[in-house]
Amino acid sequence: MAESNNQSAETKLSDVHKRIKAAFETFDNAANNTVDVREIGTIIYSLGCFPSQADLHDFIAEVEEDHSGYIHLDRFLPAMTKVLLEHKFPPIPKDLLLQAFEVLDKDNKGYLEPEELTKYMTQEGEPFTQEEMEEMLTGLADHERNVIYYKDVINQLAIDPDM
Amino acid sequence: MGCGMGKSELQLKKCDRVSISAPGACSRLQSQPKCHAHCEAATAIRAALLIQRWYRQYVARLEMRRRCTWNIFQSIEYAGEQDQIKLYNFFGFLMDHFTPASSERNLISHIFRENEICRDIEWERYFCYKSIEVPESYTGPHLTFPMTFCGVSKLMEAFKHKQQLHARYVLQILGETWRLLRILPNINYVSVCHNQEITICGDLHGHLEDLLLIFYKNGLPSSEKPYVFNGDFVDRGKNSLEILLILFGFLLVYPNDVHLNRGNHEDHIVNLRYGFTKEILGKYRVHGKKILKLLQKIFSWLPLATVIDHKVLIVHGGISDMTDLNVIERVDRHRYVSALRPTKMSQQAVNGSKSQNSRNGEAGGPVEGRRRVYSLTHHSPASAQRHNPPRRSLHNLPISNQLSWSLEDELKRRRRLAGFDQSYGEMNKSESDSDSEPAGTETDEQEWKQIVDLLWSDPMPQNGCIPNEVRGGGCYWGPDVTEEVLERHNLQLLIRSHECKQDGYEFCHNRRVLTIFSASNYYEVGSNRGAYIRMGPDLVPHFIQYQASRTCRELTLTQSVGWTERSALRALREQLFVHKSDLISAFQEFDPNNTGMISLRHWASATETVLNLGLPWRMLRPQLVNSTKYGMVDYQQWIRELSITEPKLEISDTSILETMYKNHSNLETIFRIIDTDHSGSISFEEFRQTWKLLSSHLQTEISDEAIADLAQSIDFNKDGSIDINEFMEAFRLVDLSAHT
Repeated sequence: MAESNNQSAETKLSDVHKRIKAAFETFDNAANNTVDVREIGTIIYSLGCFPSQADLHDFIAEVEEDHSGYIHLDRFLPAMTKVLLEHKFPPIPKDLLLQAFEVLDKDNKGYLEPEELTKYMTQEGEPFTQEEMEEMLTGLADHERNVIYYKDVINQLAIDPDM
Repeated sequence: MGCGMGKSELQLKKCDRVSISAPGACSRLQSQPKCHAHCEAATAIRAALLIQRWYRQYVARLEMRRRCTWNIFQSIEYAGEQDQIKLYNFFGFLMDHFTPASSERNLISHIFRENEICRDIEWERYFCYKSIEVPESYTGPHLTFPMTFCGVSKLMEAFKHKQQLHARYVLQILGETWRLLRILPNINYVSVCHNQEITICGDLHGHLEDLLLIFYKNGLPSSEKPYVFNGDFVDRGKNSLEILLILFGFLLVYPNDVHLNRGNHEDHIVNLRYGFTKEILGKYRVHGKKILKLLQKIFSWLPLATVIDHKVLIVHGGISDMTDLNVIERVDRHRYVSALRPTKMSQQAVNGSKSQNSRNGEAGGPVEGRRRVYSLTHHSPASAQRHNPPRRSLHNLPISNQLSWSLEDELKRRRRLAGFDQSYGEMNKSESDSDSEPAGTETDEQEWKQIVDLLWSDPMPQNGCIPNEVRGGGCYWGPDVTEEVLERHNLQLLIRSHECKQDGYEFCHNRRVLTIFSASNYYEVGSNRGAYIRMGPDLVPHFIQYQASRTCRELTLTQSVGWTERSALRALREQLFVHKSDLISAFQEFDPNNTGMISLRHWASATETVLNLGLPWRMLRPQLVNSTKYGMVDYQQWIRELSITEPKLEISDTSILETMYKNHSNLETIFRIIDTDHSGSISFEEFRQTWKLLSSHLQTEISDEAIADLAQSIDFNKDGSIDINEFMEAFRLVDLSAHT
């Protein structure tokens, strides 16, 4: 884009601010610059970041106003700007993701059984809820064989070109 | 790079960048089984963490898309509601300034006539069904009265098989219902017995399949199975009447165990726009008018709230900082036939609304943001502006930028545009407006506000209580108001509906407010689930969710998001299309050299100025604009590519067409108002009057020639009248891309 070629730092900053505000506004129902704290994770993810749950907790602790349950744009904007400019929660490279799946695929089958994946996702790391797990299986499993061909899945769920 | 053996403080991120594990390294250690197992486990954990993080991001992106889609639907929905309020305010304005003698007044005065026939005896006579014969050819269900459980079951079976109930029986049920509702109090106090649970349902909006699904899953109402239905039974869906008849049926059979709350759509003015009026007139050509009139009364007699065990308050919309159940208990609720207008406006209110109505509720302001109108009950422009954060705005009509105007001039201009008689007497309130109520008092105004707040308000995350300018009625109330009002009344929970929720229900305000919505797939197939509440004596709510169509249950998250998204984008493209002239003008302002191209930033800004939906156009851009060259949009081409077909008509003045598309709902509403005998058709003269009224409302000129031209292209009925439905259908836009 011609716009970005000659961008000064100022324009870049202003663009970052616009992106953050646009994402924030999507959840700002009463149009008063506040969002429910439960939506912050979605907003941060949608801006192209890949924080862990622990990362999210830390971020929220910084910007939430005294456990009120909501977050104001005044505090979110600077904190999120910093995250984006410093690339604090970078995306996961495809090959690393593939490795991760291959680690779980102990028998090197090229796919994972639903039970295998479920065991890891719901018991290890930062576990999924049952609902999250069900949605993952519905979304990722091959309809006929009912297994997860992870190589295909990784390619399908590629990062949005817009981000 | 070794494995994680012994390194308890291994940082995930650092490890990520290199590799999950080095198989080579691990295999070397195979001879040491303990280390190997530990290494494997740690690696597996890291792998799991990575996958979880990646997948959660993916789901969040989908959720963001879903939310954006949602906002599109909701913006368009609220814009429609605002239009309705504006239109109604406009009529109120005209009404307040008509001469009593003018014949044009009769065109619209009747919608403000609260009670045509005042005394109950006369009502009974009016609604007498006895003269209506049920022909032998009728294949629908026959009902006997008093209503029994068998009767309602018969009714439900018939409706499942798409049968229609004969008008005689409809009037009978409605008559019985009216008689029952009259003796109910404004607030129903109910109690949950120790071995029972009460079921609470939210908006149904004519979705019969959802009601049947609820009954199927939960069981039918009975004395062992009490139900509360929290308003908005009608409009939008196509089986509003069937739902009403079933609910009224159960109410008649189990009056102590079935409780109905009034919603903001149980209102004949709202019904004019949102489809219920149309549904009735379509199904009952001969008796539709009577049925509508009786329903108007019934709606006004619906109770306003239900309280369970003096602890749980159930109302359709919500509350405000002024909500006082003691006041609500005492009002004559049936005087408020439509919540959109008080019985009589006090002088103060009229003055306030005059100044705002003559600007059509507009004010200047910066361009980004959701539309706002001055809310019905908050008249002073000053207070509204105080609460308007700078980036929000109201729609800027080019004409209303006049800084100095006099009410007289404004009035003259409006009347001229509307083609009305220029002479007018002194400006007085519509004294001869038919309801024989005494002139409005301060109390009336306060009572009316209490009711509007109950039916129209929405919760907000921030503290305070501000006018609900997005809907145009009621307020936005915050958690502090919830605490205060609940405490004041010694309550512990507020259950309300009124807002569609993706999962059918949602808590807010520290779980002190619960929204319940029972119409699944409200915006579109797959848009949301419906839900209902079951509650025992412990008053802890349990939720059951469902989705009516089998197809959408089988869709994956991605597919369902995609489907709904495409539908929302269609609706949006339609909006863009109908505003194309205004859009091109706005674009050209950014393109003084007439290159035909503008930057994306300007595209977003101009689009928001024109459409005023408060949507994030930059984010939507990739889905609306196919091709950009170096960050610039060829706007003429883009408009052409919107691929909406217009109906093929031979009309010389196409600007009237665009007005028509933009004001589709307004036009239809005015038609239906003018069609006083509810026949579904209007004369050519009435057709012309409609356009004149619309032009006055919009403050744009529409010439007689243009109107005549339009009329030429229509098929008239044999008696020279115009069928409203046919006319509206003929001018419906078709989205070409829907067929790909």
